[in-house]
Amino acid sequence: MASHYEAPIRRPLVTGDKGYHDVTVDIAAPVEGRADKQWWIVFSIALAAFLWGVGCIIYTISTGIGTWGLNKTVNWAWDITNFVWWVGIGHAGTLISAVLLLFRQKWRMAINRSAEAMTIFSVIQAGLFPIIHMGRPWLAYWVLPIPNQFGSLWVNFNSPLLWDVFAISTYLSVSLVFWWTGLLPDFAMLRDRAILPFQKKIYSLLSFGWSGRAKDWQRFEEVSLVLAGLATPLVLSVHTIVSFDFATSVIPGWHTTIFPPYFVAGAIFSGFAMVNTLLIIMRKVCHLEDYITVQHIELMNIVIMITGSIVGCAYITELFMAWYSGVEYEQYAFLNRATGPYWWAYWAMMTCNVFSPQFMWFKKLRTSIMFSFFISIVVNIGMWFERFVIIVTSLHRDYLPSSWTMFSPTFVDIGIFIGTIGFFFVLFLLYARTFPVIAQAEVKSILKSSGERYKKLRDAGQPLYQIQKGAAVSTSREEVITQNVLMGEVVPAKGDKQGVNELLSSIGTFDHTKETADDLKKVKGIGPKMEQTLNQIGIYTFAQVGRMTSKEYDLLDSITEAFPGRAQRDDWAGQARILSNKK
Amino acid sequence: MYTISNRLKMGSIILMVVGLLGIGYGFWTAPGTVEEAKEMVADHNDNHGAVTTHGDEYATEAHEDEGHDAAHDEHVLHQLQNKPWAALYVAAFFFFMIALGVLAFYAVQRAAQAGWSPLLFRVMEGITSYIVPGGIIVFVILVLSVMHMNHLFVWMDADVVAHDVLLQGKAGYLNPTFFLIRAAIFLAGWIGYREYSRKLSLAQDESNDDSNFKMNFRISAAFLVFYLISESIMSWDWIMSVDPHWFSTLFGWYVFASMFVSGITVIAMVTIYLKSKGYLEQVNDSHIHDLAKFMFGISIFWTYLWFSQFMLIWYANIPEEVTYYVTRIEDYNLPFFAMVAMNFLFPVLLLMNSDYKRINWFVIMAGIVILAGHYMDVFNMIMPSTVGDQWYIGIPEIGAVLFFAGLFVFWIFRALASAPLQPTRNPFIEESKHFHY
Repeated sequence: MASHYEAPIRRPLVTGDKGYHDVTVDIAAPVEGRADKQWWIVFSIALAAFLWGVGCIIYTISTGIGTWGLNKTVNWAWDITNFVWWVGIGHAGTLISAVLLLFRQKWRMAINRSAEAMTIFSVIQAGLFPIIHMGRPWLAYWVLPIPNQFGSLWVNFNSPLLWDVFAISTYLSVSLVFWWTGLLPDFAMLRDRAILPFQKKIYSLLSFGWSGRAKDWQRFEEVSLVLAGLATPLVLSVHTIVSFDFATSVIPGWHTTIFPPYFVAGAIFSGFAMVNTLLIIMRKVCHLEDYITVQHIELMNIVIMITGSIVGCAYITELFMAWYSGVEYEQYAFLNRATGPYWWAYWAMMTCNVFSPQFMWFKKLRTSIMFSFFISIVVNIGMWFERFVIIVTSLHRDYLPSSWTMFSPTFVDIGIFIGTIGFFFVLFLLYARTFPVIAQAEVKSILKSSGERYKKLRDAGQPLYQIQKGAAVSTSREEVITQNVLMGEVVPAKGDKQGVNELLSSIGTFDHTKETADDLKKVKGIGPKMEQTLNQIGIYTFAQVGRMTSKEYDLLDSITEAFPGRAQRDDWAGQARILSNKK
Repeated sequence: MYTISNRLKMGSIILMVVGLLGIGYGFWTAPGTVEEAKEMVADHNDNHGAVTTHGDEYATEAHEDEGHDAAHDEHVLHQLQNKPWAALYVAAFFFFMIALGVLAFYAVQRAAQAGWSPLLFRVMEGITSYIVPGGIIVFVILVLSVMHMNHLFVWMDADVVAHDVLLQGKAGYLNPTFFLIRAAIFLAGWIGYREYSRKLSLAQDESNDDSNFKMNFRISAAFLVFYLISESIMSWDWIMSVDPHWFSTLFGWYVFASMFVSGITVIAMVTIYLKSKGYLEQVNDSHIHDLAKFMFGISIFWTYLWFSQFMLIWYANIPEEVTYYVTRIEDYNLPFFAMVAMNFLFPVLLLMNSDYKRINWFVIMAGIVILAGHYMDVFNMIMPSTVGDQWYIGIPEIGAVLFFAGLFVFWIFRALASAPLQPTRNPFIEESKHFHY
């Protein structure tokens, strides 16, 4: 890695007063906590959509492709549109993890895990469409060039559709390996923190016996670099080959040489939009605002702006070349796109993909979370329309005017598409509850150079290593001079066990007359019930909770006899100190 | 502060003089009449028959057989008369494109707020200084073409257009006035950005805040937008239109890859040269390593675009498109495929190993192959439509390369000597100094 020095004008990538342990706690929190109501609601909706999609798929397969809205002229429509859309979305993950790794972009570390997860889940959605489209998916293995007993049956190596099979399956495999490699130290972290034997077992299986030794790390970094080197040409090749599906043909509007790089740019564009959509929600729900900061969103918006402009440049190039070529068919294909019966799709595409990202030139807009979310949705819609425009408007008016027609989707077309969106969110929601959604090991590697806490210490000229938790505790303890004086004045409500006094003696007591009680529920892991119990013992303030150490946690566990180890795991003391400082 | 050594100065002047002689020889020996042309063709190529491409002379095909022969001879005459011009144009454009490629790389570094490269900014600024003389020379050649001093751009010939429906259709875009206006706008934009950014870069060292730096960041982002559009259109105008019937949407980006990799290669070479003379002490192996990585990566990117364009046209096999590659494979077989080997195989094999990217002489060797390969690339883009199968790499071609190489070296090192080689107050300079891995 490059040196740890960072120019002072760079903004911190981890905001808030975050030390190494805070990172662990914050990132493990969603996995170790319980799902709330919102999660269940969203999950149910996604599951319902998914099941509807499954129903439509079953109907398609049992009845035939005739259930779709395809006709003789438009013989490829939503199926391939959805396929390309999902494959495109899948590009951002590898781009963030591989290309930005090669470019040593530290900001990728907060977002790469989820982006890669998104990649894998969306490639799964994409893969469904060709398989369904086969009509007889149980013969799907026929697309593999395997020696067979069917006579001279062999796949058509000349067909870009077959290249797709290789490209996408390779891409999925490499992405999966890349993703899992990065996950190993993080799974090990969850394993080491797990309390229940079942979870410990699962996470130790998933972490492949990661030990955290220097050798593990050295191999980890080496493998990451090699995989990044492999994944970079792969990510280019996948959408290049998808573009070949169209560009190798002689159909006006499909056959154009700019397709390969422009499809790749479009894929990155849509992928980043989807990452933005997902992460803007996730950072809020999982309380990860300190890791996925506004700066991260801003940078993703800039990538969206750049790739959107490249895509726009390609649209205009295509349009211009259609005229410049002097080929009447080319000219008509593009005229028909912009002014024919599908003009609304074309202009929806233009508005969403070319004009809307230009708003990101304004700092105010690209640092606005709501606006970024809005644009990310707009771009997702626009990129779907791009594929629809390319596919349907190039087909629906072919060389024979008597066969000109329109395409209208049936409920099955729509159902399968909605179903894949549901499936995607089912997978992502499950992921968000069981996986460390931020590559915490990697975030820790940049904490000293790019964390706000360490930046501040550096600016203040203080050594980075002197500041430790213990020191913070002792300073705050000195402030409370009442601790011995007040001792014994508060009557412990929950029995008169020896332990309560012992506990309060070390963390200080609460004086009703001088202090006001804090809302302890703000501490993650303390619910209404636990707050009541704590109040009964005599703990009312963040300052008190903030002084707890493992000794006090054990005492607390023995007094309350509920949730053993919970307080330690969630680091109540650390959280409470932050809350106490914010007051 | 760097001062240009006398040896380098003398060397570049000698290159220019020798180059000028070569260019002069090319024009001197160009045939003036059909007879001379016939003689030259017979000398050069005994078995040259009627195998000629008529790509740019549609109109002549309607003639009678006898007329056709005469037209063919005249055609060969035009090609031979074009030869010294084409040689001049290829070399002029090639060195101009290096400076423009460096300018794009420089703007990317500025806009991306890269931390590793500020130590190299003065080197890049030195190279981009060539954009002024290089751009003006290219522009002058274009003006001379418009003035019918040569037949590089066949669409500029009103007679040809009168017999060609396709060109008439394009006349709204491909007409001399608009062509020169576009060229002037683009050159003004590129030169304007270069000069202003350089001014801000120098002013940043003198000032006591970061306002110049921030301004530079902003204009670099704006420049990249301008560049994205202007570079594409420039490549259609200056290169693709020498073959005015042919079109490819990818062409602009393909030319971009070529100029980008050539530019980065020259940055690496100039940096290594200056280091070998004891300047740029702070630039370390990691900087060279990163430049070599870019040479490697962008070479692969160039190949990707080359392949995308070639494969799609070859696969679809549509006559009006595929003629471009048919001509090249038939008449330019060796330079066409050798160019792919030089631009792809050599960089990939030479620079694959990460240790080699840190060995300076190795980077220089790889760089020479890459530059020669991209010269050949431009050669393959211009020559087939201007001189047809009458190409060879002789005195006019080599002379033109030598002349522009001399001018390029002279100009950029003069610019390098005009300011300190290391920026002092760039906010990222410390990051760049600490750059090692």
